[in-house]
Amino acid sequence: MKVGAAGTGGLVVSGLGFDIAYADSTKVKQNLRIAGATESHSICPYCAVGCSLVAYTRHNSDGTVQLLQIEGDPDSPVNEGRLCPKGATAMQLAVSPRRVESPQYRAPGATGWKSVSWDFMLDKIAQNIKASRDATFVTTDATGNTVNRCEGVAFAGGAAFSSEEGYLATKLMRGLGLVYLEQQARV
Amino acid sequence: MTNHWRDIKNADLILINGANPAEAHPVGFQWFMRAKLDPKRGPGSGGGAKIIHADPRFTRTSAVADMYLRIRTGTDVAYFGGLINHVLQNNLFHDEYVRNYTNASFLVNKSYSFHDGLFSGYNPAKRSYEISSWSYQTDPATGFALRDMTLQDPQSVFQLMKTHYSRYTPDMVSSITGVPVDDFNKVADLVGQMGKPDKVMTIVYAVGLTHHTTGGQLIRSGAVLQLLLGNMGRPGGGMNAERGHANIQGNTDHAISWEILPGYLKIPAPGQKTIADYVAQSAPKKSDPHSWNFFGTNYSKFMVSTLKAWYGAAATKANEFAFNFVPKPASNASWMTIYDQALKGSMQGLILSGMTAASIGPDSNQVRQALSNLKWLVVMDALPTTSSEFWRAPGVDPSQVKTEVFMVPTTHWIEKDGSFVNSGRWSQWKDQVILPQGQARHDHWILADIFQRVKKLYQAQGGKFPAPILNLTFDYQDPLKPTLDEIAKEINGKDLSTGKQMTSFANLKDDGTTTAGDWIYTGSYLDTGNLMKRRGGIQDPATNDPTGMGFYANWAWSWPLNRRVMYNRASADLDGKPWDPSRPGITWNGSKWVGDVPDYPPTLAPHDPAAWLPFIMNGEGVGRLFSNGMVDGPFPEHYEPVESPVQNPLHATNSASPVAFLYDQAAGRPSRFGAATEFPYIATSYRLTEHEHYVTQHVPHLVQLQPKPFVEIPYELATQKGIKSGDAVRVSSKRGKVEVQAIVTKRLGPMTVAGQKVYTIGIPIHWGYVGIAADRDPGHGRYWLANALTPFVGDANARTPEFKAFLVNLEKI
Repeated sequence: MKVGAAGTGGLVVSGLGFDIAYADSTKVKQNLRIAGATESHSICPYCAVGCSLVAYTRHNSDGTVQLLQIEGDPDSPVNEGRLCPKGATAMQLAVSPRRVESPQYRAPGATGWKSVSWDFMLDKIAQNIKASRDATFVTTDATGNTVNRCEGVAFAGGAAFSSEEGYLATKLMRGLGLVYLEQQARV
Repeated sequence: MTNHWRDIKNADLILINGANPAEAHPVGFQWFMRAKLDPKRGPGSGGGAKIIHADPRFTRTSAVADMYLRIRTGTDVAYFGGLINHVLQNNLFHDEYVRNYTNASFLVNKSYSFHDGLFSGYNPAKRSYEISSWSYQTDPATGFALRDMTLQDPQSVFQLMKTHYSRYTPDMVSSITGVPVDDFNKVADLVGQMGKPDKVMTIVYAVGLTHHTTGGQLIRSGAVLQLLLGNMGRPGGGMNAERGHANIQGNTDHAISWEILPGYLKIPAPGQKTIADYVAQSAPKKSDPHSWNFFGTNYSKFMVSTLKAWYGAAATKANEFAFNFVPKPASNASWMTIYDQALKGSMQGLILSGMTAASIGPDSNQVRQALSNLKWLVVMDALPTTSSEFWRAPGVDPSQVKTEVFMVPTTHWIEKDGSFVNSGRWSQWKDQVILPQGQARHDHWILADIFQRVKKLYQAQGGKFPAPILNLTFDYQDPLKPTLDEIAKEINGKDLSTGKQMTSFANLKDDGTTTAGDWIYTGSYLDTGNLMKRRGGIQDPATNDPTGMGFYANWAWSWPLNRRVMYNRASADLDGKPWDPSRPGITWNGSKWVGDVPDYPPTLAPHDPAAWLPFIMNGEGVGRLFSNGMVDGPFPEHYEPVESPVQNPLHATNSASPVAFLYDQAAGRPSRFGAATEFPYIATSYRLTEHEHYVTQHVPHLVQLQPKPFVEIPYELATQKGIKSGDAVRVSSKRGKVEVQAIVTKRLGPMTVAGQKVYTIGIPIHWGYVGIAADRDPGHGRYWLANALTPFVGDANARTPEFKAFLVNLEKI
């Protein structure tokens, strides 16, 4: 019995109907793009059908991780392996030369962005939050009710990040006393 | 969704309104097609489910529908109202269900009335209702509602409803909606068959229903129809909202929404001093002796458990569990209100995460003005947005924009783990697949880090009421880098006396001994592990889908308690038998409920004297055909969009919603609404298959598929105007304009409405002054924002903007 090199199992010549020796002599060496890759599970980032994705990555010796392929997860009772044009091109959203890769700051009236450090940016945002909170915080309303609310800062977002991030956002923003708290559900 | 995506395969009839699933949710649409191709489904003797698509635009959904109805945008209350009328007039409702599982038998206060488009209690100066007359007659001894099980009392909900909808005759429906009477009657005939216990219909909708000044009632009108037909709670039934963003559901559940706390608890109001005050004003009240009122009864337990999760040891019985730490808004603080406040100069700072205000609008030009009124703007995003770039948009002089802007680079979904919750409430965990690109950081790390810096500032400098900031729990191994696994455990909650994860919200307490970050997720993360990671899918249907109904209880986890169809006690009759034995939701087997996770005590027998009514979450214990939970009426009523070419054929004097909130008018700004004399065409907006709101502006393959912005012009109108496909056109409203290419199409066509011929112009949202296409455009996409056209006005209940119905003019450039 001769074993077909390109297949995953043992194949018998007669069963194939062609000469394996000939096939072997003419075959082009092919490796699957995902050969040896790590398989992970994800969910499509676009609409809320919630199609499951299988993502294949290669972990390189220099510590980098290369995304090789995203495809529909055949086990999912939601999508059964299928993806639409958006899901099928999710790789181009995941890894993109258009990404903003470092903190950018634009001072009032400035005509361009300035690259800044994380510390610079986060400190400045924290100072702004505190200043605006202190300037607009209402502890007691006109009728004497304790209301403890910050009226001058708003947070909006979250339809694109994980639920647990959203929960933390709510907790932190309510902790700051925000009443203006919104996400994509209304719009 | 009350049900879930896969469940749509169980339907006999599928009504699609305000949605285009074949293009906007293509993979979810496979379940519609499975129903259509299944010979066991369908009206009469089967042969496949029927799909009826009502939409102003003929889409790919229409192409595979059994009937397409060209309906005028924003008129679906009239359509559903006409169907309700048909069902009531011809006794086609599901009698046993309506009598026992709805409030049809409840008697309404005699001071309730409805005349000429106004319900009782209207205050024109305040543009709002005083709703005390929208209530039940009660037994003075018990306080419970009076009922007439014969449904004959003229004050019964059933009779009042019959009268209310008697005005929605086929002719009236046609006059309002533009749907020809014959077509409407064909739909009515099919829908009327769905009140039989062995038939079931689903209604599927999206933002085509919600984005109106009558958005809440558009959905309620469908839900009322579903209750009359006995289709709520059943496999193949329900009211099913298709949501448009990967985790819009999860983050609504977790209350990134001004009016709620996690798990749909109301935000406290000024004047409430104690948990008891809060619960008295927020929780549903029991109005029938057989109503469990599970939500109302347990409201304080859910609230206290959330406060314990947030404030830990600082939340004690003595201080009302830190109730005064929770901010109490003075009034509405929703999306449009943020920009309204900025226009008034009272909003200083805004943090946007994964949302772009400038594109979203409504009235993008006014919103951009609002952004420039801010002191500071933080944009947390992975890619540039029209908000991060608003200060240097085409036509804007950056030196005049005094807003300080921060572009904070964040990670994508695939660079972090955590759960996404789909439209069907399935919380599905995902892996971190790749490492963050560049210096990008996770949103939650950024927020945690900022919070810790703010906390340090308060520790060092003091300031206004620092207690909530200083005491907020941060029980994470690294407070600057909480893991999503840690947070998921916190959301589930634990028993503080044993340290064990809570297994069910039924065990939560209001004595401070339990926590639950979000009670509806209690049960998702047990001591045995994270159930959202489960992967028991279609590789083994025999194990994972034993009933064949598609529940797949071993795949991920769905709230509440892994229940796949909400209100499922209503899927079975009074004896606990499924209305249709071939499509069981839950079944009483003599000792317990089996099938889906029951929305009911698992071993409470249907004929137990203590048996509860089926809808355990509301005060009545039954579905509400009449409800005082809405601010614009206890029955859905058709009102015209704020901008409409016709007067309301039902009541011209109260044509548009009398309670829609008019921001510009209330703030004393000039009106930004246009009239049909100047803006004669109806316009509506929508998304294309290749687009997800705005982020896909940056995805090369998708830009190749939809390279340039366009508007869709009806063929007949285009011919009159001499416009051909590819011509440059200007579409303008009172608020702004878009200048893009025309696509001339017969997908849109004329309609006859209130005796008048009207046209609808279609405006895909998506393009703006950032992205691959804008970079290539000589004008850099200056007039590409679709929401430059849309009106700054919202639904009276939810303040959803009226994105889907407004007036424009059209010119060839």
